[in-house]
Amino acid sequence: MGFKHKDLLGLEQLQPDEIRHILDTAVPMKDIICREIKKVPTLRGRTVINLFYEASTRTRTSFELAGKYMGADTINIATATSSVVKGESLLDTARTLEAMGADVVVIRHQASGAPHFLARNLNAAVINAGDGTHEHPTQALLDMLTIREKKGRLEGLVVTILGDILHSRVARSNIWGLTKMGAEVRVVGPATLVPGIFRQMGVRVIHRVEEALAGADVINVLRIQQERQAKGLLPSLREYARMYALTPERLVLAAPDVLVLHPGPMNRGIEIHPAVADGVASAITEQVTNGVAVRMALLYLLMGGGQSHGTTD
Amino acid sequence: MGLLIRGGRVVDPVQGLDGRADILVEDGLIRQIQPELAVERGTVVVDAAGLVVVPGLVDMHTHLREPGQEAKETVATATRAAAKGGYTAVVGMPNTVPVVDTPGQVELVRARAAREGVVRVYQVGAITKGSRGEELAEMADLAAAGVVAFSDDGRPVPSAAVMRRAMEYALMFDMPIISHCEEPSLAEGGVMHEGFYSLKLGLKGIPALAEDLMVHREILLAENTGCRVHIAHLSTKGAVELVRQAKARGVPVTAEATPHHFTLTDAALEGYDTNFKVNPPLRTGEDVAAVIRGLADGTIDAIATDHAPHTEAEKAMEFDYAPFGMVGLETALPLAITRLVNPGVISWTRLVELMAINPCRILGLPGGSLQVGQPADITLINPDLKRTVDRDRLASLGRNTPFHGWSLQGWAVATMVGGQFVYQEEGV
Repeated sequence: MGFKHKDLLGLEQLQPDEIRHILDTAVPMKDIICREIKKVPTLRGRTVINLFYEASTRTRTSFELAGKYMGADTINIATATSSVVKGESLLDTARTLEAMGADVVVIRHQASGAPHFLARNLNAAVINAGDGTHEHPTQALLDMLTIREKKGRLEGLVVTILGDILHSRVARSNIWGLTKMGAEVRVVGPATLVPGIFRQMGVRVIHRVEEALAGADVINVLRIQQERQAKGLLPSLREYARMYALTPERLVLAAPDVLVLHPGPMNRGIEIHPAVADGVASAITEQVTNGVAVRMALLYLLMGGGQSHGTTD
Repeated sequence: MGLLIRGGRVVDPVQGLDGRADILVEDGLIRQIQPELAVERGTVVVDAAGLVVVPGLVDMHTHLREPGQEAKETVATATRAAAKGGYTAVVGMPNTVPVVDTPGQVELVRARAAREGVVRVYQVGAITKGSRGEELAEMADLAAAGVVAFSDDGRPVPSAAVMRRAMEYALMFDMPIISHCEEPSLAEGGVMHEGFYSLKLGLKGIPALAEDLMVHREILLAENTGCRVHIAHLSTKGAVELVRQAKARGVPVTAEATPHHFTLTDAALEGYDTNFKVNPPLRTGEDVAAVIRGLADGTIDAIATDHAPHTEAEKAMEFDYAPFGMVGLETALPLAITRLVNPGVISWTRLVELMAINPCRILGLPGGSLQVGQPADITLINPDLKRTVDRDRLASLGRNTPFHGWSLQGWAVATMVGGQFVYQEEGV
C-alpha cells in the first residue's frame, strides 16, 4: 500500500488506515536504528531540507537523522527570525530551496498554516514539523507508536492530555490521531487553557486533574510556558504546579500499568514531578527513538515507498 | 441631445416606482420619467428591456488607498472598479498613508478624483489625529473641507472618553461618526473569528464579544450625546440585536453590513487562504443568518463593501502576517442579488434602499433617486445574467477576492454618472 498524499500537513485529514500504515511502516525502521550500521540506501540521491523558523533541537535532529539513516542528503536551515523580519518571504525562500533540488521540505514555523501555504506552492513534499498552535503530526504519530508498542493497541484506551491544550499543536494532533484510532481522549487543565469548545473535537474537557487521571491508561503531559502567566492566562506557574503537576500521588489514580509521555523539553518540578518523569511508567526516552522511526517511515512513504510495483500477470 | 433609457423595470422607492418606465436624460440631468416617452429626433435610445434600472449605487465604505498605497489601489482604479460594479459614488475611508486628518489630504483626494476618477468620490475624515485614538483631529476644518463623516476605520477608538468628546464635537456639524467596533483588549492579536475553526486551525481568535461590547458602548454614547453613530461592517448576531433594540428606543444609530458577512462563514478559513482574512472576521452561520435578517427587517440600513485591496505579494504570506481585507466593489451587487433578492429574502425596492438610498441619507449625499431634475446617476442591471467571478478580470488593482470562481446571477451592465456612461457592456 502506498501513501496517496503529496504532503503530511496534519493528522486531521488522514484516515485511520493511513495512520495505521504509517505506524506499521515505522516498526521495521526502528530495527535499522538499533543496528550497528544505521544506514540503508533507500533514499540515496534524495534531498531533504529542514527549514526551521523556530528553535528546536529534538525535532530537527530527529528529522536530520531520519533522513541520513535512509540514505538521503539532509540540510538544515535554522532561522531565528520570521520571514517578515528577515526580509525574504517564506515563499521566496522555499522556491529557492526547491530550485536547488529539494525533494522534501520539512518545515517548523511559528505561524499556523505556514506548511499548508508552502504545500500549495511547491512541488516538493512538505512535512509539517510543527506549525504555530495548529498541528505537530509527527509528534502525535510517535506518541501513538509508543503507546501501541507498550499497550499493544490504541482502540479503547483512555488517554489523558494534561496541560496547556489551547496553545498546543501536540495536543491537537494527538486528539485527531487518537480519536480516529478509537481511543477515548480527555483533556485537562485550567479553564483558561482548556476551553470547553474542545468538546467539538470529540474529547472530554475536564478541569479537575484527579477526575481526568482516574483510570487513565496513558497520560501525555505537556510543557507549560512561563509566557502564559505574563499573558494573564495563569496567576502563576506555582499555582499551576500545585493544581496540575503530575506527581507520584496523582499518578496512583491512573490505571496500574499507566504509561506517561511528554513531548519535551520538560520543566521538571512544574508540569511533571522528577520521580514520575524518571519512573517506571515513563516512556519518554522511548518516544525519542520512535520519533526517528516515524520520520524515517514518512520520508519513505512520501518519496513513493510502499507503492505497488505494477500489476501481477 | 437627449438619451432615452427605454423599457426597463425602474425601481425607485423614493418615487414609489417599481415598473416599466422610460427615462429621458439631458444635460446630465434626469428630464423626464414616464411609463412611456416618445422618441424625439436625435435622441439616443438605450434599450433597457429586460433590465432593472435603479438609482446609482453608493458604496459608503471604500478603501481607495490613495494617498500613499498606490500599489494596492488608486482613485483611478477604484472608481473604475466601482463603475463596473454598478456604483456611481464611493466614500473613501481615511486610513490611508498618511491618514486623512487634515483639509490638505481631503483636497488631495478631491483633486485626484476630479482628474482621474470616473464616479463620484466622497471622503471621510479621521476622528483623531493619525487615527491614533488620542487627540481629536481638526474636525471643524475637515468638515469645512467637505468630509461627509468621521471615522478611525481600521481601528477602534479605544478610549470611551475620546469617543464621547468626538461625538459631542461632531454634533456641532450634524455629522455622523462611523465606528469600527472592536474592543481592543479582547481582539488583540486575533486573525479570525474565535470559535471552533480558530481552535482547530490554531489561529488566534477575535471573539464576537469584542464587537458586541464596542457596539454597545457606541450605542450608549450616541444615546448620551445625541450624536448620530453609524456602525461599520456589522458582523455578529449580538451586535445586530443591540442595534435593533437601540433603534426601537430611538437612539440615533444606523448600521451597514458587507456582502462577505452575509455570505461567508469562518469555515472558509480551512486551508489558510489569506483571501478570507478580513476584519471584522468571517463569523458563524448563525451570525450570517442574523445579518441577513437585519438587512431584511430594517435593522441594518446599508450594504457597504469595505473594499480593501492589497497586493498579491502582501497576501502571499503566512496567514498570521497577511493583511486583513478583501476587494468588494465588483462583486457586491451580484452577491446581494444572488444571496438576497433571488431567494426572495429582500425585494428590489429593499435592495435599492440598502445600496443607494440609505447610504445617501446617512451621509447627507445627493442621489438615491431618479427624480426629475436630479443628476443622472443611474445603474442598469441585468437580473438574469449569470457570470463567474474571475480574479484576473477585475478592474481593481486588488486580486484579493474570496469569490473567485463563484457563479453569480444579476450583474450591472451599464453605469451612468451625470448623464455619461462610465461603464457600459457591449449590447447595452
